[in-house]
Amino acid sequence: MLLSMNWIEDFVDLSGLDKLDLIHRFSLSTAEVENEIFFKGSDISGVVVAEIKSVEEHPKSKKLHLLKVDTGSGELTDVVCGAPNVRVGMKTAFAQLGAQVGEITIAPRELAGYTSCGMCCSEAEIGISDDHSGIMDITDDVPLGTDIKKLYAVDDIIFEVDNKSLTNRPDLWGHYGMAREFAALAGRELKTLTTDDLTVYDSLPSVDMKIEDTLCKRYSTIKVENISRTVSPVNIRIRLYYCGMRAINYLADLTNYLMLEMGQPMHAFDARKVEKIRIKRFDAPFTFRTLDGVDRNVDENTLMICNDNTPVAIAGIMGGLDSEIVDDTTTLTLESATFDAASIRKSTVRLSHRTDASMRYEKSLDPEMTVPAIGRFLYLLKKYDGGVKVVSRLTDEYAVKFPPVTLHFDQHFVDRYTGITIDSGTIVKTLTGLGFKVALDGENFTVDVPSWRITKDVTMNADIIEEITRIYGYDNFEVNTTRSPLYPVRMTTVKTNEEKIKDMLVKKFALHEVHSYVWAYNDELKALGIAIEPNVRLANATNPNIETLRHSIIPTQLCQVKTNVSYAPSFGIFEIGRTVSGLDENNLCIEHKKLAVTLFSKNDDVRTLYFRMRDILAALALDIKHSELTFAAAEPTHDYEHPVNLNKIFLNGTEIGIIGIAHPVVSKNIDKKAAVVFAEIDIDLFAASEDYGIVYEEPSKYPSIEYDLSLDMPENLLFGDLRACWQTEGGELLKNVSIVDTYDTETIHRITVRFVFSSAERTLSSAEVQEILDKITARLSEKNVSIKMQ
Amino acid sequence: MDERILKLKAEFESRLSETTDLTGLDSVRVSYLGKKGSITALLKGMKDLTAEEKKAFGADVNKLKEFAAAEIEKRTAELKKQQIEMEIKSMPAFDISVPAACECGSYHPITLVQRQCETIFKSMGFTVEDYSEVVTDYECFESLNIPKHHPARDMQDTYYLENGQLLKSQTSAAQNAILRKYGPALIENGTPIRAIFPGRCFRNEATDACHENTFFQMEGMMVDKDISISNLIYFMKTMLSEVFRKDIKVRLRPGFFPFVEPGFELDISCLICGGTGCPSCKHSGWLELCPCGMIHPNVLREGGIDPDQYTGFAFGLGLTRLAMMKYGIKDIRDLNSGSLKALSQFTDDE
Repeated sequence: MLLSMNWIEDFVDLSGLDKLDLIHRFSLSTAEVENEIFFKGSDISGVVVAEIKSVEEHPKSKKLHLLKVDTGSGELTDVVCGAPNVRVGMKTAFAQLGAQVGEITIAPRELAGYTSCGMCCSEAEIGISDDHSGIMDITDDVPLGTDIKKLYAVDDIIFEVDNKSLTNRPDLWGHYGMAREFAALAGRELKTLTTDDLTVYDSLPSVDMKIEDTLCKRYSTIKVENISRTVSPVNIRIRLYYCGMRAINYLADLTNYLMLEMGQPMHAFDARKVEKIRIKRFDAPFTFRTLDGVDRNVDENTLMICNDNTPVAIAGIMGGLDSEIVDDTTTLTLESATFDAASIRKSTVRLSHRTDASMRYEKSLDPEMTVPAIGRFLYLLKKYDGGVKVVSRLTDEYAVKFPPVTLHFDQHFVDRYTGITIDSGTIVKTLTGLGFKVALDGENFTVDVPSWRITKDVTMNADIIEEITRIYGYDNFEVNTTRSPLYPVRMTTVKTNEEKIKDMLVKKFALHEVHSYVWAYNDELKALGIAIEPNVRLANATNPNIETLRHSIIPTQLCQVKTNVSYAPSFGIFEIGRTVSGLDENNLCIEHKKLAVTLFSKNDDVRTLYFRMRDILAALALDIKHSELTFAAAEPTHDYEHPVNLNKIFLNGTEIGIIGIAHPVVSKNIDKKAAVVFAEIDIDLFAASEDYGIVYEEPSKYPSIEYDLSLDMPENLLFGDLRACWQTEGGELLKNVSIVDTYDTETIHRITVRFVFSSAERTLSSAEVQEILDKITARLSEKNVSIKMQ
Repeated sequence: MDERILKLKAEFESRLSETTDLTGLDSVRVSYLGKKGSITALLKGMKDLTAEEKKAFGADVNKLKEFAAAEIEKRTAELKKQQIEMEIKSMPAFDISVPAACECGSYHPITLVQRQCETIFKSMGFTVEDYSEVVTDYECFESLNIPKHHPARDMQDTYYLENGQLLKSQTSAAQNAILRKYGPALIENGTPIRAIFPGRCFRNEATDACHENTFFQMEGMMVDKDISISNLIYFMKTMLSEVFRKDIKVRLRPGFFPFVEPGFELDISCLICGGTGCPSCKHSGWLELCPCGMIHPNVLREGGIDPDQYTGFAFGLGLTRLAMMKYGIKDIRDLNSGSLKALSQFTDDE
């Protein structure tokens, strides 16, 4: 919202104060002011009122005229002028030699053979409107030579307040409310608005008006005849223009002016079209043409202003074309009303049509404002159009009132909330300046909240703190730490596990952490040949590429592998992120936190890559949980999984994830030759698994005995299946089992295993070790493993 | 001295001087001093000598033996020394200036910034909480004093799910749960609530270099008796000075957020120009950084805490924005792209 300093100063005397400093303080105490401040008129000087004494056609140009103008000095000045509206006897804005008009400094100038000693200016050139159709036609009765800036309020400081910072301040949507803030900041008095005395019309007939819907809180109206003025006074037009609105006609301009001044939207109906005002909703949708000429579909939830049963305006949003003020309008019915804020907001969204009026209404305007606004409107209307006649009494229906708010608090409350001491005198002065009625009894405050603050903004004691502190100034706060006791802080296992996992993957395995989105990317997955699996969907996605939540990080990670194929011949990426696997019995999403890792290599074969992944996962379990992972073959359930070598991962008996190879279709879509291996584990399940910690064993002082056995594995038997053989038979003397060699041909799959035996108490005899070995080999033979002692 | 001894000595000396390595030296030792060696063999030729002669001859042979043993030892040391010298000479000089071939992994920049913030707050007694990404309307809005149809819901475009839940649009969605988790300890034992909760948030908006639909925030809050605005400013200033590792000036402006009262926008002195004004801060000297405020009484009440007895502050720091400012990341989309050209640069930053 653009604000005029001149306009604010209509209501508060800020003389002698630094205006820029005040605007800065306003930004820190009330609402955010945009950086750029406009000094209107600062580029205009030496422009005076002058009369055109003669007009001659330029002999060589169809457009140009040769003028003689009188600036009141007694001497006539020759001017060559291209404006079409020049005429003898016309008074205009004349930039004399040496004058400044925007970026131009006026100097004598040759134009098609004639010298021009000055320039007649349009409103656009002076910067007070965008009208450049002709030079200014000044009708005010002022002496020639009067400086244009003395005649009109060309000079002004315009600043813009971010509308978003005003969402909770319905009282700040007009200059009068802003002036109240400046008055409080400057410690000066806010002037009372001059209004027309409405009681004098009490004997006149009422307007036929009735609220038939509770969405209308208050409706005030009055009828006026005999309006003769059609164009607004220049100063009114300048203010509208400076504040970002276009001048339309006198009545429309005045309703806009009132809205910018008081924040109260008003609507002027042509009284001929509106004789029986009814405020209501319709039972069925219909089409309504608003005054901008657009046909709009209005539904049954939208509140309408009607002439009996004919809609004439969408309440709080925009008037209709049929009842609009037109050139021959001389009688108007004025609307000053308040509507339910949420209803206006919803209607605005449904109609996709936000207006200056609806923007204000949806902030919850003060219904107390409707009548003073009519008083102010009539005061201004009469001021500039003496012949108008009020022909009805004020007709006002106040259907829904906000209950008054009185707050009680004490000095201690303020001290506790602020952490500093703001004395009671300052508190009283601040609140009074903002329009609160304050009574102080010892340390106890009783505060009546003004009507313009109770509609949403100030309803409880905490709200009062903001009023006191923002005017006091946060820059003036003494800054202190708390006196709260300190306690040791323990992180959750999930958190510590997560951090360790990240550290290991980055530092030990040189993987790269990435982030991806929580939804499946349709286009990218399609390119890899991965179908979107049914899952919870977004209800209001605007981007068709993102509709379904991901059930796993792996598919999105495969997309990211694809984007990196040219990064390096081999790399690995990981993410700890969220997935959703459908809904639970309460219709709530089942969310998981998962770790996904993908390895990509053009150099290593898929087996090497697969075992690197297995070793990474095993290292995580060993380091963080001091446990070993186990695996079990899994059936593929997703189209990106290679059916072979897909394994479930178990940690201490709990299934925590999956390891596998990318399906050849997907893999080839990523890169024709590369191997791609993925794994995903559930972080919450991983964290929940027990950490067995470090169990220290005193190193034996006695020598250990090593035996190597070569095992020829029968088909379909896994090494892991043999573990039980030595775990049960090895006893506590078997300290370690490791693979020292493997040998593979078409027919033979041979693994050489080293068994290490030792005792903490004595040197073992080969006989007792042999006895254990015999038991182990017997068990192995049961599994059809043929054994060769090395 | 017997001629044979002198001859053998001369022969030994000559053989010894010809040795070039330890193997050769060992064969010399064996051929003179071994059981069948030529010095030992000399003694066998003594049978023709008189007892007197035997005694003298034996003494001379022993002298030669000792002499030979000493000479071999000397020569061994010499050859060992020569061998080490040879080894040193044969070591080529490497070009250490060739590029290093170390492979480094990388953290996501959000992880780095998040860890830095967490470390600071942990040191000030804050717990670090985690929260889901899918939340209910109650968590994200109702419990935060944003009833249905409140205009504040317009301020953020929320991703709703077809089951009525939503992707959290702000980390504040965890406030209620955290108040409920730690409220009893506050009320019963007087243990203040001090928590931060970093997390991923979602807004339904079109993406460009400055806008993302997925980004990270870090919410923080503290609740106790007598927590004040003055405390809030202290914590924000301290934390931000630690994050940026320099003394940061902060200022508060009124800001409207339904879950705080009073609510503030917190600005920090521009990191580029220090407050004198530059293009980065649009010549204002200040950067708008994070919303904060005193927790609204309705939010405390909804979390089971009596606002007449307890007060608290809360803030929401944009971790994504912080990471971008800290590392000079210009395009926000790089963060979720998975592009290693960008992300592999963030090796570590303690």
